[in-house]
Amino acid sequence: MLARVSKPARYIGMEGGAQRPEHAPHKVAWLLAYPDTYEIGLPNQGLQILYEILNERPDAVAERTYAPWYDLEELLREHEIGLFSVDTHRAASDFDLIGFNLSAELTYTNLLNMVDLAGVPVRSADRRADHPLIAAGGHCTYNPEPLADFLDLVVLGDGEEVVAEITEVVGEWKADARRRGDRTSVLHALAGISGVYVPSLHRPRYDGSTFLGLEPIVAQAPALVEKRTIADLAEFPYPRNQLVPLTEVVHDRLNVEVFRGCTRGCRFCQAGMITRPVRERPAEQVRSMVADGLRRTGYDEVSLTSLSTADYSGIEQLVADIVDADGDGPSITVALPSLRVDAFGVGIATQLQHARRAGLTFAPEAGTWRMRQVINKLIREEDLYSAVEAAFANGWRRVKLYFLTGLPTETDEDTLGIAELARNCIEIGRAHTRAPSVTVSVGGFVPKPFTPFQWFGQNTVEELQRKINLLRDATRRMHGVQVKWHDPKATLVEGIMSRGDRRIGDVLETVWRRGGTFQEWNERFDLPLWLDAMAEHGLDPDWFTHRHRTAEEVLPWDHLSAGLHKDFLWQDWRDALAEVGLPDCRWTPCYDCGACTGYSIEHIVASATPPAGGSQGTGQDLGSGWTPVQLRRPTSDVVSA
Amino acid sequence: MRIRIRYRKLGKVRFTSHRDMARCWERALRISRLPIATTEGFSPRPKMHFGLALSTSHESMGEYLDLDLRDPESLEVDLAELPGRLSAVLPDGVDIDAVAIIDRSEPSLQEAVTSCAWQIEVPGVTAEELRPAVDRVLSASALPIVRERKGKPVSDDLRPGIVHLEVLDADPDDLVSTGAVLSAELATQPRSVRPSELMAVFDPPLTEGRVRRIHQFIHVDGATREPLPPGAPAMVPTSVGAP
Ligand code: SF4
Repeated sequence: MLARVSKPARYIGMEGGAQRPEHAPHKVAWLLAYPDTYEIGLPNQGLQILYEILNERPDAVAERTYAPWYDLEELLREHEIGLFSVDTHRAASDFDLIGFNLSAELTYTNLLNMVDLAGVPVRSADRRADHPLIAAGGHCTYNPEPLADFLDLVVLGDGEEVVAEITEVVGEWKADARRRGDRTSVLHALAGISGVYVPSLHRPRYDGSTFLGLEPIVAQAPALVEKRTIADLAEFPYPRNQLVPLTEVVHDRLNVEVFRGCTRGCRFCQAGMITRPVRERPAEQVRSMVADGLRRTGYDEVSLTSLSTADYSGIEQLVADIVDADGDGPSITVALPSLRVDAFGVGIATQLQHARRAGLTFAPEAGTWRMRQVINKLIREEDLYSAVEAAFANGWRRVKLYFLTGLPTETDEDTLGIAELARNCIEIGRAHTRAPSVTVSVGGFVPKPFTPFQWFGQNTVEELQRKINLLRDATRRMHGVQVKWHDPKATLVEGIMSRGDRRIGDVLETVWRRGGTFQEWNERFDLPLWLDAMAEHGLDPDWFTHRHRTAEEVLPWDHLSAGLHKDFLWQDWRDALAEVGLPDCRWTPCYDCGACTGYSIEHIVASATPPAGGSQGTGQDLGSGWTPVQLRRPTSDVVSA
Repeated sequence: MRIRIRYRKLGKVRFTSHRDMARCWERALRISRLPIATTEGFSPRPKMHFGLALSTSHESMGEYLDLDLRDPESLEVDLAELPGRLSAVLPDGVDIDAVAIIDRSEPSLQEAVTSCAWQIEVPGVTAEELRPAVDRVLSASALPIVRERKGKPVSDDLRPGIVHLEVLDADPDDLVSTGAVLSAELATQPRSVRPSELMAVFDPPLTEGRVRRIHQFIHVDGATREPLPPGAPAMVPTSVGAP
């Protein structure tokens, strides 16, 4: 059958580093799933980490699966073959749990499709004891409500420790109550694990159409489900055996996570908010993971991953060490994704140029200083220019700049500011190279739960398109500047999912039943499908996405906690509108957002000195003490809970 | 020093493409730390010279790859242990079965190889049913086909490219095979005949099941040899139906 589908290597496993799963009746069998193609799902670090941790346990076994492309899906359905694991081609329905990683809203219908292909009823209420439990983790689970009717359990936060507890609970159930056809007891027991949310054990309350919140219906389910946070990344040097696929995938290189969490406080950034505090991996461990990884995998490129890698304390030394350590071998490339312009100094630029050059992407996010104050991305234009200067001076010819549009308080001046920045970057490049190129990539802003912008009314499709057109017109005659953008229509659907409530589940099911899978693929995305389904279920996209929410409104994720105090977020939202910045709490005193204080943990940094150069996201020149922006001082008027 | 490697590609790994395999080889060579010569320039690549591409999902008993080793370090490489050393770091199902030093003046694999032997499973038919169809193909004076060349359809005759064709007798021990098995030798020069093109000239056209390249040959001056120089270990072919 595989000989008849496109890219069959997607379905054969056999990666370097793949585990040899051995099933046994006493073991809890996990099928780790990514609801998109193999090429996109395989590199997912979260799944790879759990794959190893689970297979190391004597009481668990884990395999992997990815969304079959529709050509294979057709064949599977025609021949009545179910979803299978790529490791041993075992039927998905034979596993005790199917655990999905949710990283993108537009993959939700793929999750439904995969559950269905596994031969499992899509709605959790219809499942029996002999069906696998359907679980989900990953960033999107901070508002799992659109998927609440389809998921048996949801994991909030870091999965490294909680998978062990889930395995134990499921193991006990499997050995006993499951044989009697009981499914309720395991859900109750799972709800008692910190970090686990069982949607069916919470009931929504409405007053007319006003949502009043979700309340637990059994004693085991907590009224507020807290996220899990591992205190120290050093205890988890995973993946030890990163998977090396036989066929090409995204991020096809060695990836080593250097820290988790971010305290820059960018207000649009959900990842930064929900993964606090910062936990850096010790430099020595990073070095050995890189050296071992390169030796074992045969890759010649390593990416040091995190939300903002240039913020790693001692980053210049680390990159220098990695490049040196490899001195006698073939030359390697070091990639630093998510570079902060204010941390990309000449030092790093010269270090990287020893290695072969990967593309450079900077993310100023907004076109004017005013706009960047609103979003708390406190980098100055000078910071960007000196970073771009350093890049071009060190031999790069292409620079990519990433921006958001549709941000709170955004005016056309802010949009045109993007064009202005691009023009100036090209000018800087001309001094160093004949044909510098700047790619401006623009994404439509989707407000996310657990960020200060969770109350903001998203821009409409028309408004986003108008701004993109404005920018395109402004850059049309700029030689060397290309503008790329994310489809605003997809942004709308992402917005509906991002802050939707349980009623959106019906919409997901309708869209999926009408063939709306792989919606994150341009050629498959179908807005009318979504809008029709919304209308059929009597739901108004405007209400879900475009209106501003009030302080009083109960949000669909208020029963979940990422540690952040809601009044901290609200205050930060008011500060945003007042264009007041918030400093990085790693180097300045704590303002009690709740992420550490609530869980008695703290930042772990590998080196005690803040990275040198630039404004370090504080908007101040750290050398001179000059502050161009009013900064909220810790404890003063930040309301603390 | 240039070495020629003969290897097998069998089992699930057949679903990787030629390009995937090239990348697997690159990584395997880096892991092995063999002294591979590299191209000059800004981003040096290892000097690997692949033979004829094998289609995705076809197996092979005889794939070839030429590698340039850096001198003088190459003298320290133990060629006898090379097959084991490389097989260990290549994907399961890719196994080196012979290595030999060749002269740099030898023509490249793509130039030198003149034909390939294939075994092609034909599901749903018996050997008896297939024999008359094979006879018709062999007795045809011409087998016109239309192929695409630079986006334009061109007509061509496939018959001269079929060097040998027969139906294998069913192997009673072979439980994998579900139909008849064709054994074919197809020319690779002046242009390569693909198994799928052969299947298409049958009337009615045949569907290919599992396909395995059995060997590659160089015909020069009436003599036939394989791409490895004389003295290299001979290959033990196994039939397509065998696991
Ligand atoms: S609790 Fe304090 S130190 Fe921790 S992330 Fe929040 S503000 Fe920063």
